[in-house]
Amino acid sequence: MTDATVTPEMRADRLRAGLKRRYAREGRFRLYGLLAIGVAVGFLLLLLGRIIEQGHTAFYTHTITVPVYMDPARVDRAYPQGTNFELLVAEQQLARFGVADDAQGTKATAMRSLFSSELKFAAAARIQSNPNLIGQTVPIAAPVSDDADLFFKHAISRDTPADQRRLTDEQIGWLDRMKDSGAVAAHFNSGLFTKGDSTEPELAGVLGAVVGSALMLLVTAFIAIPLGVGAALYLEEFAPRGRITDLIEVNINNLAAVPSIIYGLLGLALFINWMHLPRASPLVGGLVLALMALPTIIIATRSSLKAVPPSIREAALAMGASKTQTVFHHTLPLAMPGVMTGAIISMAHALGETAPLLLIGMVSFIPGIPHSIGEPTGALPSLVYIWENASERAFHERTAAAILVLLAFMIVMNAAAIFLRRRFERRW
Amino acid sequence: MTWLFLPILIAAAVAAYLGGRGLARRRGEGQRPHSRPGQHGAYALIWTAVPALAILIAASVFSGPVQQQLTASGAPEAVQQLEPFRREAFFADARAVGAGRPAAQIWPAPYAELLPAEGRRAARIDLMLQIGAGAAALLVGLLGALFVFGQIRPGMRARNRVEGWIVGVLFVCSAVAILTTVGIIASLVYDSMRFFSSVPITEFLFGTQWSPQTAIRADQVGSTGAFGALPLFTGTFLIMLIAMFVAAPVGLFSAIYLSEYAGPAFRAVIKPVLEILAGVPTVVYGFFAALTVGPAFRVFFNEIGALLVGGPLDGLGQYLMLVQNQMALVAGMVMGIMLIPFVSSLSDDIINAVPQSLRDGSYAMGATKSETVKRVLLPAALPGVAGAMLLAMSRAIGETMIVTMAAGLAARLTLNPLDTVTTVTVQIVTLLTGDQEFNSPKTLSAFGLGLTLFLVTLALNIVAQRIVQTYRQQYD
Repeated sequence: MTDATVTPEMRADRLRAGLKRRYAREGRFRLYGLLAIGVAVGFLLLLLGRIIEQGHTAFYTHTITVPVYMDPARVDRAYPQGTNFELLVAEQQLARFGVADDAQGTKATAMRSLFSSELKFAAAARIQSNPNLIGQTVPIAAPVSDDADLFFKHAISRDTPADQRRLTDEQIGWLDRMKDSGAVAAHFNSGLFTKGDSTEPELAGVLGAVVGSALMLLVTAFIAIPLGVGAALYLEEFAPRGRITDLIEVNINNLAAVPSIIYGLLGLALFINWMHLPRASPLVGGLVLALMALPTIIIATRSSLKAVPPSIREAALAMGASKTQTVFHHTLPLAMPGVMTGAIISMAHALGETAPLLLIGMVSFIPGIPHSIGEPTGALPSLVYIWENASERAFHERTAAAILVLLAFMIVMNAAAIFLRRRFERRW
Repeated sequence: MTWLFLPILIAAAVAAYLGGRGLARRRGEGQRPHSRPGQHGAYALIWTAVPALAILIAASVFSGPVQQQLTASGAPEAVQQLEPFRREAFFADARAVGAGRPAAQIWPAPYAELLPAEGRRAARIDLMLQIGAGAAALLVGLLGALFVFGQIRPGMRARNRVEGWIVGVLFVCSAVAILTTVGIIASLVYDSMRFFSSVPITEFLFGTQWSPQTAIRADQVGSTGAFGALPLFTGTFLIMLIAMFVAAPVGLFSAIYLSEYAGPAFRAVIKPVLEILAGVPTVVYGFFAALTVGPAFRVFFNEIGALLVGGPLDGLGQYLMLVQNQMALVAGMVMGIMLIPFVSSLSDDIINAVPQSLRDGSYAMGATKSETVKRVLLPAALPGVAGAMLLAMSRAIGETMIVTMAAGLAARLTLNPLDTVTTVTVQIVTLLTGDQEFNSPKTLSAFGLGLTLFLVTLALNIVAQRIVQTYRQQYD
């Protein structure tokens, strides 16, 4: 119906005005979308940036090269490990600085706390390899304590009021003198990668957790991949349509969405309290993660089996192959790249899973490096949790460093998956 | 280790394969057998290995409880009278002493003398069980091989039988999914029942006091702690709500942009970025929340509080000055960030499933893209998007690490996002990571919380999947 009073020109004007408004709305809407993506990308950059910023300092550490007079009166030739080298070095350093100690030895203690207890092992190893050094003055590159290290990294500032920082003015003065004399040197912190966990930050490393995580993933892969692929093959290729198949499918979909902590409760109740498997062991962790990874692997395998065109199956059947032969000789090999990609990605997810590990006992402090799947161990994500909870400040940078190690492993695994997909994926 | 029998079993299986193949060749000479010799061999291998393997698996699953029962039932009177938890510790130490290692704790008079003898007895029982299981497995394997060897003849349909077994094994693989569900429900329900026998279920669901820690104080006779989980439920709900406030708009808008506006090059860059965001472990988000977002927010609110103090909003200022690192807002926001890629990829799938013809129809009527999205795509995709949001909520409720590291432990009945709250998952972790006594309501309450969590997330998932499925069928 057209109104007699509205001329076509008026209508066009109204449309034009409306159009302007509509285009403005369009632009705004588009902007919201871009903003949303910007927020997501921005947060990712912020997250990674913060972790690198906090963590990069943990990859290097400092040593102070001090001349040590191997006093024959105090260093036992037969048993150098028994010598209190830290005290020896501290007293000699004090003497060199011309500081007189009081009767309780508080200054020596203050000086000693600047050096890591690793100094003792380094010095003892020197004597053991060459006992003739006793009686001589030997320069030793002494690892510094966590607080001294943080000071050199400018994480402990001299501007902070003295009662709020972990180093006294006097200790900072000593550190400055040693630094000015050129004795302080920065090194790559190889201990971070070659040591297990420790209560002292400067001695703590991620190796125990890396080995624990690797053993755990091995268990997970051995259980979850064959079971998952088998289940997917059954559901996709063999299963008759019916109640049981439907039940299984509903189950798998629901299991994929069950919170991870519930799997932790299952592991605690079933594997530890009922089957009495060793607590905090890679075996139990691997079993729990395997149950968690199973639905993901099944879903990924099914979709790559679905992608194999039916003509392949029909051709094989037409040549006289049985159903099983068709599946194992043709369908599965063709679906393999997709299966492996899905398996690797689900393993990468399992590597980062933390909550169930806490419930099966991986929160306790475990210093050693595990040798079998039956002994207690830590894992990388639970180490992150433990270190984050530690009160020493030096653990903060190490937590971020452990996260970087964890992310590095995940990136490598995902890159492998992407490579597999690019290299072997077929489009039909 | 029962598994030491594994190499023997593998050798036996290989032998059965070779034997079966040879036998089939010999018996089938001059005739035209139904199946090839190798298939007869495979049939022999299956009958040797599968039942024996089943026995080994069953033995390693059930030997723990049986071992416990046997060692406990033959123990002297004094040991029998120990509490189950102490008894386990006693036998663990007895085994250690028997093997020449030191005991983990010091035992009082009657027990200290019993340790070595009991240790040797326990070790004997362990060994007996292991050898028993291994011998049974080998015997069954042998019988299986003989059973097949007796049957091998040219007419036997070995291939069909082998294939039948293969399908059977594949079925068992997929039945593991059912077993896992049964295992989850059984373990949660069993321990929850023990918990609800000491704490009434109504008190658990509607009580407003949560302080399980008091339950372990032995000097408080009659005090069993307070197990009213309502503060935990509200805390979980509050954090989930904040997370959804962040994740729902950001995730939905980025999905719309990616599917409707972005060119292929932009998509190729942004999709992997979102995948990385989705792949970051939650413990990393927790670290980020606890050490970056938390302190930043606290400083922000404290500064605002400092500005307001003394003004007309003095009370609010005083409150803001005291805001802590651990607040619901921090945990909720970081969780929201974590959920963005999840919401985005689900919504992306759902929007892409809307038929192109609907878009084309809308464009043909002169609608702009945003009008098409708002008036056509979103209404059409609404059920699917709702399902996606429900799935995201279920994730937020079950998420553990972020809240454990950033939300705090104080069980408070509040909906104030600046307060410290605690959640169901945080409490499960705290209850089960300290010293555990397995019969105290304190430990068992974690299973009650776990059951509640499982049921709620299950309900959300089932509803969400229903919605998404009917929505998909609508356009198929």
